[in-house]
Amino acid sequence: MNRILAASLLGLSLATSSLAHAEPVKIGVITTLSGGGAGLGIDMRDAFTLAIKQSGNKDVELVIEDDAQKPELAVQIAEKMIQGDKVDLMTGIIWSNLAMAVVPNTVAQDVIYLSPNAGPSALAGANCNPNYFNVAYQNDNFHEAMGQYANKDYKNAFILAPNYPAGKDALTGFKRYYKGDLAGEIYTQVGQTDYAAEIAQIRASGADSVYFFLPGGMGIAFMKQYAQSGVGIPVMGPGFSFSQDVLPAIGDAALGVKNSATWSKDLDNEANKKFVEAFKAEYKRLPSIYAAQSWDTANLILAALSKASVKDKDAFRTALKAADFKSVRGEFAFNNNNHPIQNIYVREVVKEDDGALTNRIIATAFEDHKDAYAEKCGM
Amino acid sequence: MFTALLIEQLLNGLQLGVMLFLMAAGLTLIFGVMGLINLAHGSLYMIGAFACATVAAATGSFWIGLIASLAAAAGVGAIIEVAVIRRLYDRDHLDQVLATFALILILSEGARWLFGSFPLYLDIPPLLQGAVPLPGGGQYQLYRLAIIGVGIAVAVGLYLLISGTRLGMRIRAGESDREMIGALGVDIGTLYTVVFALGAALAGLAGALVGALQSVQVGMGEPVLILAFVVIVIGGIGSIKGALVGAVIVGVVDTMGRFLLPSMLALAMPASQATTIGAALASMLIYVVMALILAFRPSGLFSAQS
Repeated sequence: MNRILAASLLGLSLATSSLAHAEPVKIGVITTLSGGGAGLGIDMRDAFTLAIKQSGNKDVELVIEDDAQKPELAVQIAEKMIQGDKVDLMTGIIWSNLAMAVVPNTVAQDVIYLSPNAGPSALAGANCNPNYFNVAYQNDNFHEAMGQYANKDYKNAFILAPNYPAGKDALTGFKRYYKGDLAGEIYTQVGQTDYAAEIAQIRASGADSVYFFLPGGMGIAFMKQYAQSGVGIPVMGPGFSFSQDVLPAIGDAALGVKNSATWSKDLDNEANKKFVEAFKAEYKRLPSIYAAQSWDTANLILAALSKASVKDKDAFRTALKAADFKSVRGEFAFNNNNHPIQNIYVREVVKEDDGALTNRIIATAFEDHKDAYAEKCGM
Repeated sequence: MFTALLIEQLLNGLQLGVMLFLMAAGLTLIFGVMGLINLAHGSLYMIGAFACATVAAATGSFWIGLIASLAAAAGVGAIIEVAVIRRLYDRDHLDQVLATFALILILSEGARWLFGSFPLYLDIPPLLQGAVPLPGGGQYQLYRLAIIGVGIAVAVGLYLLISGTRLGMRIRAGESDREMIGALGVDIGTLYTVVFALGAALAGLAGALVGALQSVQVGMGEPVLILAFVVIVIGGIGSIKGALVGAVIVGVVDTMGRFLLPSMLALAMPASQATTIGAALASMLIYVVMALILAFRPSGLFSAQS
């Protein structure tokens, strides 16, 4: 009897204290902080925590866990966060295969998930969900932009990507807008580190350009070997392969390469200037696109929190969907499938005065681009 | 033009094989002499690459980096042997696998702690940049030719070491009867440390050479480790000769499969299907070859035990 009394007293005091203060919000961040892909997750985490810190909002509590780029681990962490930590929102996953393992189950339990990077096509079309917001892009977008841009100069492209779903999405996206011929199309092994055999075929193919999607270390290896081989056919890629986290490792081999992205350090708007300055000051390095997307995700959440309570799911979803925040990418809105409508730019890798490699915007491939799957979404 | 491409691809296969040989030689040597399955061999490869990249960035010389990679990998190898591995020789393989897997995690996170999570930069030295002409109108990258040269030199060096020196004699004796050479007064502890450090140095050398071609990052050793195990299983566990032959088979089969399978399938089916199916088949090919070889030679091509 005493125990019940004590419990109810405790419950009562908790209830009153939560009335007295602003409501605490718990955000679960699952991202990759160890293993080969950790650079991306660390940029994601650093930008996210910095955005929350700069906002001065003391009610946001972060639960950050490392998924080690393993889907099964990410699933376990997600369960723990939802059941144990009782998080209100989740975000953080970098890789599409991990997102596919975690997101459907998370949103089915009525937890809102905001993707700061991965945008698999399976979640954008018929299986879209009101609890799933993609703040980054749909996976095909960057490749579509490069396909569109390639039409300007090239008629005979050689394309390659790893043999897994995101690789096939990539080349599908490229071909959706590219009108020229293909000199060749190769699917490489996932995790492959030596591209001598593929480069020899590119040399022999008579292509006038090369488009590749090889995320992480694969792209670094390909670019170095391609430059060393002296083939010299112009290379294009999605922005991931020329992002700030990998450019130092590729070195001068990346100079002059055209790549597509929704964001660049030199994008001219107030929010972006503030972001780049703040990130550089805090972490003494240049932010990558993963950092930019994550910064936007945090600011979107903060903006929605100022309008609605996270406990009122309907109101909060509406507040998120309004996307009433200052994006570092400039104009930003959500489409019917909760995926972004945004510009996609073509960037060129350049060297700054201090010798650091970075990107500069040279063209706009698409204005207010929508993904190809939105019309299949019933929302 | 096709002949030139074919020659180029054969050389690519040979170069991949030689690189695998550097890994597999150390692995098979350690297994042959000490009976130890060392999963942490890939971490020693990573240490070689990190040491080379760091020292090359600090001094501006790839060659000093290369020496540093040998020293670092051999040094770490010796420390690991004395501190951890020595306690595992009498245990069964499961304990060894568990302990050396723990070493992978410790060394990977240690490397991240020291060097950060972002890949490092390492380029091929100016002396070896450029290409040499091939018969048939093609050309081949000088640096890759140099890797083939280093691999052949290491193979010859290992042969001379094992067949012609006192250390080699002890290694051979250790392979055939561990207790007996201990009883004959050979300091078996030192011999084990030396062999382990030698295997580690070879892995470090491979890491440094390959680091200039690809991305120097945490976890770079594990994919190579899997291929190195395929090599020593094909070649026969414990046999250096087997490691060499196995490595060249794996290198050439893998490269030619990736190159020829999609184009051969394209003769029989639509191009888009051929590329996907060809890529899938090519990634299985070395395992198919391994299965075939094991079906006819269950203990590998040149088993040291038989």
